[in-house]
Amino acid sequence: MATITYRQALRDTLRAEMLRDENVLLMGEEIGVFEGSYKITEGLLKEFGERRVRDTPIAEEGFVGAAIGAAMLGLRPVVELMTINFSLLALDQIVNHAAKIYGMFGGQNPVPMVIRTPGGGGQQLGATHSQNVELYYSFVPGLKVVAPSTPLEASALLKAAIRDDDPVLFLENLALYNTKGEVPDDIADVEPAEIGRAAVTREGTDITIIGYSRMAHVASEVAEKLAAEGVSAEVVDLRSLRPLDRETIVASVRKTGSAVVAEDDWLTYGIGAEIAATIQEGAFDWLDAPVRRVAMAEVPLPYSKPLEMAALPSADSLLTAVRETLRATGRTTLETVR
Amino acid sequence: MAETTKAAPGRARRSPGSTSTRGTAGKGTPKPADNRASAVARRKADDEARVEYFRQMLLVRRFEERTAWAYTEAKIGGYCHLNLGEEATVVGLMAALRPTDYLFTNYREHGYAIAKGIEPRRVMAELYGRSTGVSKGWGGSMHMFDTEARLLGGYGIVGGQLPLATGAAMAVSYRGGDDVVMVQMGEGTAAIGAFHESLNIAALWNLPVVFVIINNGLGMGTTVEHSAAEPELYKRGAAYRMASARVDGTDVIAVRDAAREAVERAREESRPYLLECTSPRLRGHSVVDPAKYRSKEEKEALKAADPLAKAQLELQEAGLLTAEDVERLEAEVAEIVADAAGFADDSPHPEVSTLFDYTYATPVPNDLPRLPADPLFRV
Repeated sequence: MATITYRQALRDTLRAEMLRDENVLLMGEEIGVFEGSYKITEGLLKEFGERRVRDTPIAEEGFVGAAIGAAMLGLRPVVELMTINFSLLALDQIVNHAAKIYGMFGGQNPVPMVIRTPGGGGQQLGATHSQNVELYYSFVPGLKVVAPSTPLEASALLKAAIRDDDPVLFLENLALYNTKGEVPDDIADVEPAEIGRAAVTREGTDITIIGYSRMAHVASEVAEKLAAEGVSAEVVDLRSLRPLDRETIVASVRKTGSAVVAEDDWLTYGIGAEIAATIQEGAFDWLDAPVRRVAMAEVPLPYSKPLEMAALPSADSLLTAVRETLRATGRTTLETVR
Repeated sequence: MAETTKAAPGRARRSPGSTSTRGTAGKGTPKPADNRASAVARRKADDEARVEYFRQMLLVRRFEERTAWAYTEAKIGGYCHLNLGEEATVVGLMAALRPTDYLFTNYREHGYAIAKGIEPRRVMAELYGRSTGVSKGWGGSMHMFDTEARLLGGYGIVGGQLPLATGAAMAVSYRGGDDVVMVQMGEGTAAIGAFHESLNIAALWNLPVVFVIINNGLGMGTTVEHSAAEPELYKRGAAYRMASARVDGTDVIAVRDAAREAVERAREESRPYLLECTSPRLRGHSVVDPAKYRSKEEKEALKAADPLAKAQLELQEAGLLTAEDVERLEAEVAEIVADAAGFADDSPHPEVSTLFDYTYATPVPNDLPRLPADPLFRV
């Protein structure tokens, strides 16, 4: 095994998939000569040439649509959108076209493409560059949305996304690019993951914490702290936002009897709302306390560092919500959290 | 309809804005001195084809009239936009394509589907929402698709088909093929961002795609002069160093020849092309639009611009078509249309059990095939 960054895992996986399949090509702004805003495509233009690593004009609707059209003829384009905020310029092509073409024409033409894009606040990028709008895509049948949190998952899910015959939105996170994890020495040995499955990344018995992407890490950090206090928290990393693995979520909550959702997006109508609704329908009789959600404050994210930090969910805010939820269960065995 | 009269019948007007256009635009086009003689020769060679084009135009006309009727009978739902008045454009454009060339269209595409070689009964069945329709009843009037005929979709969102067609052309070029992609749109589409983005990308990447604007002068009720700062839309090609031309869309031969030149350039030189066809819209924007925004005089003038009547008159004057021929063709076409409507009527609706068949091409765990009242979990 080798320890590499999330960024390196993405880059090496893209390269491995391009070597494996001639139909795989990359498209996006500044991915070639500039080697990517976040250097995910470093060295790939040199290795594969302009035919397979295409710098596009600043025209998200145009080049995302072009990728869809190319996918209709059997290519497997992997599009990079510089940040998920810019995906809004391609919303019509993603929602009205990529997501519709297979079904709307009676299953005649699949659209095998991937849109890679990072979300994430906390970089003082201001209101328009710090959003987490994966919900918009998770809402749409016909799309698949995945959100890996570790280098290994990133590699396994990227392979799955590229080999899948449907359009997949592949959510990355600015805060994760430099995080490290173990992967096989040869990235080609990573098995593609199954899209649509969550993972229990830490087993526990007292409470379930559900997160994805950056918040899956925060959830693990909080679970670790709680362990020191004698609380056994289970962590569910969603990995796939659409389809959503409801079975895994509900099975966990039926075991622990309480749940907190940690999400980087806004609370109202957010990913956590769907999970909370799922839990109330699937584990109502097992719940000892209301399901809580920890999410971004309902504001356009400010530039000011103290304001930004106050608005973003953190380990501290998650810990607070978990403790309050545990107290609300009224279980006498959990005295340490009082 | 002023735009229609600006284009000289039978002759494409080329963009003056593009220098690269000038150099090669004459390829395959006779020099002015030979113009008359060559035109006569060309017309002669086209005689048989012209009768066949007339037959196809007649088929599109009668098919669309039947469609309008079926709509009023509530056999067809949703939005329904007809190719009435555009028959010469539809048939002329399709005559310039090889069967292996790809076509993307907007939502006004019944005629294109037929002229691209799809059986009229499968087009009508789609309009009726039946499982035997081209899109198995999932698309309807605006969303016809057929892999074999390489009609890669009618699209309901204005401009949505343009980036797709650009990408399809990219795939052709990526694989070194010699197919051409044609993408049709209405003149209102020239105002949307996807138009600019697609033409820019197509020209930058030298893609074999022909952008065709059908300019009928009206959005729904908005005139082209009210929506386009440069209403001579073909001139926009110059902004992308893209060859472009405007042609009288009521003249099937003129359309075919202009389209052939555009397609040729895409195929031989892998360069995109912008072709504008001026064509009247004989009726409202859709079946339910009575077109009250048009004056009586305008409506009368439209009758004179009817491409089908014009083609018939020309063919009869040229001695290529007799009154008996017309009668025979009418009967032939009437039978095809009646068969299509009968087939559609007799075809089954899709089974409700197939509702979840086309959400994903690659099956995936935890997909949610639930009907509105189904619970998430059986507790």
